[in-house]
Amino acid sequence: MKQTLIALVEDKPGVLNRVASLFRRRNFNIESLAVGHSETPGVSRMTIVTDEEEYLRRNVVRTNLLKMINVIDVQDVTDAPCVARETALIKVTADAATRGQVMNVAEMYRAHICDVATETLIVEVTGEGDKIDSMLEVLNPFGIVEIMRSGKIAMTRGAVEPRSSTVAVSANGKAHGK
Amino acid sequence: MAEIKTGAEIVWECLLREGVEVVFGYPGGAIMPTYDILAKLKGKIHHVLVRHEQGATHMADGYARASGKVGVAMATSGPGATNMVTGLATAMMDSSPIVCITGQVPTGAIGGDAFQETDVTGVTLPVTKHNYLVTEVENLAQIIREAFYIARTGRPGPVLIDIPKDVQNAKIEFEYPTDPIDLPGYHPPAKASDEQVEAALELINSAEKPVILAGHGVLMSGAMKEVLDLAEKGSIPITTTLLGIGGVPASHPLNMGMMGMHGEACTNHAIQEADLLIACGMRFDDRVTGNLKTYSPNSKKIHIEIDASELNKNVRVDVGIHADLGTVLRQVNPGVKKRDRSAWLGKISDWQEDTSQRDILQAETPTMLAAQAVRAIWEGTQGNAVIVSDVGQHQMLEAQYYEHEEPHTLLTSGGLGTMGFSLPAAIGASFHVKDREIWVIVGDGSIQMTITELATAVQENANVKIAIINNGYLGMVRQWQQLFFEARYVETPISSPDYIKLAEAYGLPGYRVDKLEDVISTMRKAQEHNGPVLIEFVVEEHDMVYPMVPAGADLHAMIRRPHPRFENMEM
Repeated sequence: MKQTLIALVEDKPGVLNRVASLFRRRNFNIESLAVGHSETPGVSRMTIVTDEEEYLRRNVVRTNLLKMINVIDVQDVTDAPCVARETALIKVTADAATRGQVMNVAEMYRAHICDVATETLIVEVTGEGDKIDSMLEVLNPFGIVEIMRSGKIAMTRGAVEPRSSTVAVSANGKAHGK
Repeated sequence: MAEIKTGAEIVWECLLREGVEVVFGYPGGAIMPTYDILAKLKGKIHHVLVRHEQGATHMADGYARASGKVGVAMATSGPGATNMVTGLATAMMDSSPIVCITGQVPTGAIGGDAFQETDVTGVTLPVTKHNYLVTEVENLAQIIREAFYIARTGRPGPVLIDIPKDVQNAKIEFEYPTDPIDLPGYHPPAKASDEQVEAALELINSAEKPVILAGHGVLMSGAMKEVLDLAEKGSIPITTTLLGIGGVPASHPLNMGMMGMHGEACTNHAIQEADLLIACGMRFDDRVTGNLKTYSPNSKKIHIEIDASELNKNVRVDVGIHADLGTVLRQVNPGVKKRDRSAWLGKISDWQEDTSQRDILQAETPTMLAAQAVRAIWEGTQGNAVIVSDVGQHQMLEAQYYEHEEPHTLLTSGGLGTMGFSLPAAIGASFHVKDREIWVIVGDGSIQMTITELATAVQENANVKIAIINNGYLGMVRQWQQLFFEARYVETPISSPDYIKLAEAYGLPGYRVDKLEDVISTMRKAQEHNGPVLIEFVVEEHDMVYPMVPAGADLHAMIRRPHPRFENMEM
C-alpha cells in the first residue's frame, strides 16, 4: 500500500522546493504531491503520496520531513480513516457517433463534461484513485488524447484534532521573517 | 530606541549581540557594503582574512567544535559562496554549528545571470540545516537571530544567510528584536517519557553483555559525566565513535576505544557478541556498523538521539528515544541496578590482550612508522593537546594512538571525510583555545589541499603546530589498492614540495624529522615558538592501518595485523 502523508508547512518561497529536494536526496520516491492554502493564513497543507511500503522506512520519511524548519507537522494517514480524493481531466476522442456513449460513461462515474468540441470532450472526474483508473480503462477504447491528474488530496475523518493545529495557529507568518 | 541603520550595519550589530568575537572571511563585490562597516568595529570583532573561502568555513567549524559556540564565516556571492560548499557539507555531517553569511547580487538582478551570481540557497540546500535568502531588510535581524538559534540548538548544524547587496545598503529605522524566537516547525526535543525510561531500564538491568556506544552526541549534549555514571553503575563497557573520542577518558578502564572500520578489534567483537547496545548520540554510520544484515545480531538496541530521523534509519532499535542525551541519562541512571558483569568484562580483556600483542609501537624498523610518530606526539604533548587531524591513515592512527582524556580535544572531519580540513580548522580553534597546544596531524595529501592557509596562520600568528606525516602516498587509498585492487597503485604516489623551504617562504619555522629519537627534541623547538610551526615527519611508505573491516563486510570480519609481531607482517 502506498504511504499517504499530510504535511502542514509554512507558506514561504522555496518551501515546496525544500520538500521535493528532500525526497530526491533521501532516495524516497514521490508518487504525487498536492499543495494549497490551509485554513490558517501563512500555512499550506500538502498531501504527499510515496511508494514506501515498509513501516520503519515510512517513519524515516516522516521524521525527515518533520526535521525541516519550515515543516510544522506531518501526519502519516496511510492507515488512518480519511477521505482521499483525486481529480482528473480527461480529453477523450468523441465525434457525433460516439459522443453519447462517452457521456453515458461519464454519468456512470458521476463525472462532468466540461468542454465539448467537434472531435473531443473533456471529462472531469473526482474520486479515489481506483475510480479514476477504472474510468480511464472504460474510456480507453474511445481514444484518450490527454490526461491531467491532480494527485491525491486527503483529510482525516471526524473531529480528530491533528497535533499541529494548536501550533499552526501561532504561525501567522509575520513573526517568522515575512 | 529606533535608529536609522543600513542592512550592513544590522549584520554586525546582530553578530555582536550573538557574542561573536571572530569572523573568518574573504571580501568581494557583493559583500563589500558589509565589509565596509568593519572599519568602525576595530577592537569589537576580529576578522580573519582567509586565503580561500573553504578555509573560512573550516575555520568557523574548528572554532565551533573547540568552543561550543557558533562559528561565523563570510564570503561574497558566486564563487565565494560556492567555495563554501565543502565546508558546509563537512559541518552538516558532523553537526557543527556554523553560520555562513554570503553576499548576493542585488534583488533586482537575481535570476538574470548577473556577474558572480549563483543560486546559493539552491546550491546549499542539501548541505545546510537551514538557509535563508533575505529579500527585505526589515527581516534581516530576525533571520540572523533565527540562524544562530537553529545552528546551535537541537542537532546543531550549519545555517547560511544569503544577503543581496541592495539589502545590505538599504536603510531602515532599526530596533533590535528581542521577542523570544518561535519557529512553528522547530521544537528541539526535551526528555524521555516515563514509558521510554522504563523500557530502557528493563533492557539495561536484564542484560548480561551490554555495550555503550558513545557518539558525538555525548560531547554535543555535554553528557560526559552521565555516560560514565551509567557505565560505572552498571559495569558496562564503552566504545566510542571517531567523533565520540574524548567523550570518555581514554584511560578509563571501561573505555575499550574506538569502534568500527579501524576500531579496536575488541570493540567490534564486543558489539557483535553483545546482548544489548545502548547507543548514545550516534547514528550507526556504515563505517561503524559494517554489514547491517549481520550487525550485532543477538542484541536488543536502545538508541538515544536528538534527531528523530536517525532512529531506525540504519539499524532497527527496540527502544528509540528522541531527546537530549544528558537529560535522558539523568532520567535513566537512577534506575540502573548495580550488577556483576565480570564474565563479560573478562572476555573483553582477553580480546584486548590479543590486540596488545600485535602492537607495532615497539617494532624495530628502518624507517619511522606513522603510528610511532603519532605516539611520539602524544608523549611530547603529555596527551594534553587539542589535536586537529585530517583524513586518511594518519587520522585513524591518531584515533588509535593518541589517547584523549578530555572532550573537545580531537577535532576531525568524520562524516564527510574532508581532506584539507585540519589546517584551517586548527587556525579557527586557535581563536578559542589559549590554554593548550594545538597540533595539526595531517598527511602529505591532505595538507596540500588547503596549504594556502599557511599564509593565514602566519598573518594571524595562529599558535598551531603542524605535523605533516609524509609517506609519499595517498596512504589510505593506497591501502585499499593493496588490499582490494591487487596492489595497483594508480595515482596514489604523490610528490610534495620541500616543506622546509615552503615554511621559510611563508615565514614560519620548518623542521624535518626522519628518526623517531629526534621527534621529542624537534617538538620542543616547535613548542618554544609562539606561533605556527611546521614539522615534516618522514615515515614508512607502505605501512597499513589495522585492524580493518573492509567496506560492507561483517563487523567481526576484520583484517588483523599479522600475529604476533610486526617483523612477520607482509608489507
